[in-house]
Amino acid sequence: MKELLWLIVALPFSGALILALAGRKLSRLTCSIIGVGTVSLSAGLTILAGLDFMGNNPTGKPYLQVLWRWIDVGGLSPDIAFHLDAVSLTFIFVITFVGALIHLYSAQFMWKEDGFSRFFTYMNLFIGFMLVLVLADNLLLLYLGWEGVGLCSYLLIGFWYKNPDNGYAARKAFIVTRVGDTALAIGLFILFMTFHSLNIREILNAAPGTWGIGSGIAVAVALLLLGGAVGKSAQLPLQTWLPDAMAGPSPVSALIHAATMVTAGVYLIARTHVLFELAPIVQTTVAVIGAATLLIAGFSALNQHDIKRVLAYSTISQIGYMFLALGVGAWSAAIFHFMIHAFFKALLFLGAGAVIWVLNDEHNMFKMGGLRKKLPVVFWTFLIASGSLAALPLITAGYFSKDKIIWLAYVGDKGSVVLWLAALIGAFITALYTFRMVFLTFFGTTKAEPSARPGTGMVIPMLILAFFSFAAGYIELPENMGHVVLFSGFIEKTLPATATIHLGNSTELVFQLIAGLAAISGLFVAYKYYFNKPYPAAVPERNALQNFFFNGWDFDFVYDKMIVTPIVFLSRIDKDDFVDLFYKGLASLARALNIVLSASQNGRVRWYAMVIAIGAILTLTLIFYP
Amino acid sequence: MNVPMEQGILLAAILFCLGLTGLLVHRNIIYMLMSVEVMLNAAGLAFIVAGSAWGEADGQVMFIFILAMAAAEVSVGLALIIQMFKKFRSVDINKASTMNG
Amino acid sequence: MILIWLIILLTGSGLLAWLAGRWSNTLPRVISLVANLFLLGIVITMWLKSVPGTEGQWVSSYTHAWVPGFGIQIKLAADGLSLLMLLLTSFMGIISVLASWKEINKNVGFFHFNLMLVLAGITGVFLALDLFLLYFFWELMLIPMYFLISIWGHENKTYAATKFFLFTQASGLLMFLSILALYFIHGANTGVYTFDYEQLLGTNIAPNVAFLLMMGFVIAFTVKLSTVPLHSWLPDAHTQAPTAGSVILAALLLKTGAYGLIRFVLPLFPQASQQFAPVAMALGVISILYGAKLAFAQTDLKRLVAYISVSHMGFILLGIYAFNEMAMQGVVMQIIVHGISTGALFIIAGALSHRIHTRELAQMGGLWSKVPRMGAMGLIFVLASLGLPGLGNFVAEILILIGSFPSNQLLTILATIGLITATVYSLRIMQKVFYGVKHKEWKIADFGFREMVVMGSLTVVIIWLGLFPSPVLRLSENPVRNIIEKVNQSQTKSAQNEAATTDYMSVRRLMKEQHFNTKNKNVNTKE
Repeated sequence: MKELLWLIVALPFSGALILALAGRKLSRLTCSIIGVGTVSLSAGLTILAGLDFMGNNPTGKPYLQVLWRWIDVGGLSPDIAFHLDAVSLTFIFVITFVGALIHLYSAQFMWKEDGFSRFFTYMNLFIGFMLVLVLADNLLLLYLGWEGVGLCSYLLIGFWYKNPDNGYAARKAFIVTRVGDTALAIGLFILFMTFHSLNIREILNAAPGTWGIGSGIAVAVALLLLGGAVGKSAQLPLQTWLPDAMAGPSPVSALIHAATMVTAGVYLIARTHVLFELAPIVQTTVAVIGAATLLIAGFSALNQHDIKRVLAYSTISQIGYMFLALGVGAWSAAIFHFMIHAFFKALLFLGAGAVIWVLNDEHNMFKMGGLRKKLPVVFWTFLIASGSLAALPLITAGYFSKDKIIWLAYVGDKGSVVLWLAALIGAFITALYTFRMVFLTFFGTTKAEPSARPGTGMVIPMLILAFFSFAAGYIELPENMGHVVLFSGFIEKTLPATATIHLGNSTELVFQLIAGLAAISGLFVAYKYYFNKPYPAAVPERNALQNFFFNGWDFDFVYDKMIVTPIVFLSRIDKDDFVDLFYKGLASLARALNIVLSASQNGRVRWYAMVIAIGAILTLTLIFYP
Repeated sequence: MNVPMEQGILLAAILFCLGLTGLLVHRNIIYMLMSVEVMLNAAGLAFIVAGSAWGEADGQVMFIFILAMAAAEVSVGLALIIQMFKKFRSVDINKASTMNG
Repeated sequence: MILIWLIILLTGSGLLAWLAGRWSNTLPRVISLVANLFLLGIVITMWLKSVPGTEGQWVSSYTHAWVPGFGIQIKLAADGLSLLMLLLTSFMGIISVLASWKEINKNVGFFHFNLMLVLAGITGVFLALDLFLLYFFWELMLIPMYFLISIWGHENKTYAATKFFLFTQASGLLMFLSILALYFIHGANTGVYTFDYEQLLGTNIAPNVAFLLMMGFVIAFTVKLSTVPLHSWLPDAHTQAPTAGSVILAALLLKTGAYGLIRFVLPLFPQASQQFAPVAMALGVISILYGAKLAFAQTDLKRLVAYISVSHMGFILLGIYAFNEMAMQGVVMQIIVHGISTGALFIIAGALSHRIHTRELAQMGGLWSKVPRMGAMGLIFVLASLGLPGLGNFVAEILILIGSFPSNQLLTILATIGLITATVYSLRIMQKVFYGVKHKEWKIADFGFREMVVMGSLTVVIIWLGLFPSPVLRLSENPVRNIIEKVNQSQTKSAQNEAATTDYMSVRRLMKEQHFNTKNKNVNTKE
């Protein structure tokens, strides 16, 4: 089945192509069948290929499929080739599987919208590019996927193009991530100059022999790759685009801005982990960025009233956890959290989408309430996902993935108390804002009546995701709780295991208790302040500090003043190109001379005759009396 | 009789200056044409004087050449003047300056 | 032999179109379309027949005496590089004829005469191997283009046409001066007075003179390439020209500058080019960033696209002077893909302004729902111009950047920032034209069948170049390698010369020191 790897990628692309060419002539049903069908087929093929890969390949030897030579110039010869190993298999599984579910959900969610076929074109295109990104065997092809998903993100955020705000959010997303992409591109230049290849495995094999640990160039490359990663994954300092990206339809937020694309940075760092290990200082930076981001975004999530923006900040925060894990060398923990996060965060967005859908585009949580009875399925699935996000101990998948990161943040050989504390505080805040959201939305008095109920097309994906948000955690259990290592065992065929200081099971138990306690106390505080509390159905009032948090720590304000305003100002004062002034000056000079000389051309014959005579006399005088 | 060259040339120069002055002071184009004729003949006289002084026939050849040219010029010039008179109803040269040429 | 027929075909069909314009408006269009299709057919046949990697440098050549007394020949030759340029010329020729099918209704015959004559001039420049002939074709491009702008242009056409003419003419004269100087220097050196490119290669010129002569060529070519600060004719000319004129200007005329730099400046003045390289690369980077900044500031759609050209041409200059195969191949690629992507943007801008009679961005907005096909096409080519991977422009830009990086890291990094600025100005087009709020209820037609054929073929080509660029790159591989080798050889040669002079100096010093010791002196001189 592995030979069909190319088909997994080709199917979504072909769906996009058909929809782009013929979409407007096809009925909505046909469009959705093509859109959902191609991605589902991909998902099916992925599962078959995955079983094949895991079953017949105990050592986890990567599988390479070369399609054609893309470019071949002066030593640069990247192929269009796919590389399947444990990490990329995990990613393509999540992408196609969650992607197919979200496609199914969107078929109903978007049914009444204009541009139905356009939506599925973009979505399919996105799945295709995302698969290229994670399957690429060289960095240039990875870059293709990388930019491609950025494009689809742009197109889908701006899907409702008639509102200029959406267009602005879309452009912001594209441009901010492109800043990171450009850093990544420069990183590629350095890598190519050093290794004369962009093939990932060749680079990873050659790097340790070429660069010493901590050498300047290794640090530079790792920093540049990190630049790309923070852009795509909305980490400090390029996180500002993600909350605005919520302008897109909810399934888009679920697929692109929660489950898949924003984790591309995690993938990139995990994929090029050798380079980061060669630059320990950058790896520490990764951890610090992760820790800082998870706290900053957590505080911002706590002060939102728009349900999707809560989820957006929570996504930033959870990816912060993944970065923290990468930074302390807990590679498999990061990937594990990515997978679990994809399940529960996609589900949360789908649930939020359903709520917004039935409440006729109401985003403000303070205007919701009491939906528990009206929308039982949405409520229960949302609750499971929230529990997972808040990492409620033992009963949720999120607990096992996040607890592993918190534990390794302390016990990993690159971990420290500070990182552990940040992660712990983050866990508390996560539980707090998650249940604040749940209580405001589903409990209390009913403030708005749902106008419809989500249909089966929307409910089925939510149920499946709910199952995974609950059960997927049990494939990886800590040492003192059964010690299941299905997942990390699988990933560690590709990525190195985490080096840890062994502290023993009892210590681990203490840490687990503390982490569990943090989550539960978050839940408790949320319960105390938000459960059945009569908040007015409006945008809540905020004090200055809360406003600061609400506005994402005013990063946007600073960037606007520091970068956007000067550029716009420069453009405005020099619209007509000052270089042209020089040439215009030349033209004016010529015209002035013309005026002077043409004054002498007055048409009076006698004047001419006199000038000739005077000229003749002068000439003669000059000749004879020089 | 042999006129010294200086005197001949002086006469030619005086004639030329008279012609030039006439050209400059008159607005009537017929007078101007006549002044040009005077200037041409002054030049011709200078040629002849020089030719006789050096005993060469070239001076006379040139004079005949100038005569022929003057005749041609007068015929064209008079035709132009008639056209101009038809157009402007005047022989005032300043009236014909509308083309700035 | 076939090469001269290409030019005769273009000129002849131009004359025919002019004649035919007396009787019908459609006939000239058909004639030029057929002629261009024919040209494309011939060039493709030549491409398929040419065996890549064969030893002879020229795929096809033609030589005939013109003014033997002055050593002027009609010498045409095509290698892979010229073939690619011809492919682009004929393809964009077809596109521009189709694009102006409905737009031009005044003096159709004369319009097509001028169009074909410009194409003939461009073809000539891409083929000429005699410098006098090169200058002849260089001027031949100019005059019909002047007419295209000044007769069929928009509201400010005379100003734009005159500006275009003056810039090109003045810089062309500088080139002619350099050509003459080269002619006389070569004649004085060898006694053979000739304008033949191949004989003039390797003329022995004093370095500072060579630098001056090179600057003559460089100025002519960079004016065409619209490098900052010689770019200011371009926005006016592009904005005022009719659609076909803008397409030909952007897709072909600018490229004669790039071609000239590659074909003539580098091989004729390799050492001077080495000296000039840092300045040229810096100018390229300035063009990229400054062009982008100006593009961002514009409110006139065509003017915006024109400044995009300035920005993209900066990449070409950067790549040419990086002196390595990768960057140079990127340049070749950029020449082609920029022609296609910017040509397409001009067609869209032209079609739009033809329909709504304004080019002001402020008047547009929300057009996607009205003209979805136009919007989709706009999206594709906007993405191409911001360098989205998978489309041809990405291959070009990434090759140029990766290739230039080892030559000059700082400048390449600055140029890479151009990718961000490209995103900013490109997305602005989408936002202002197709997205956002409708400012007016335009009643306009979407792209029809003919326009979709045009745009569809451009789309196919740009995607093909993005995913399978190899056939194109292979065609230009040998010529590019030859030129790079020539430049790099001269570098090593000059290094050797330098080494030789220092040796000589040291010998002299030794001689002085051991002035009295004749024995030692002899030994040292031998050393």
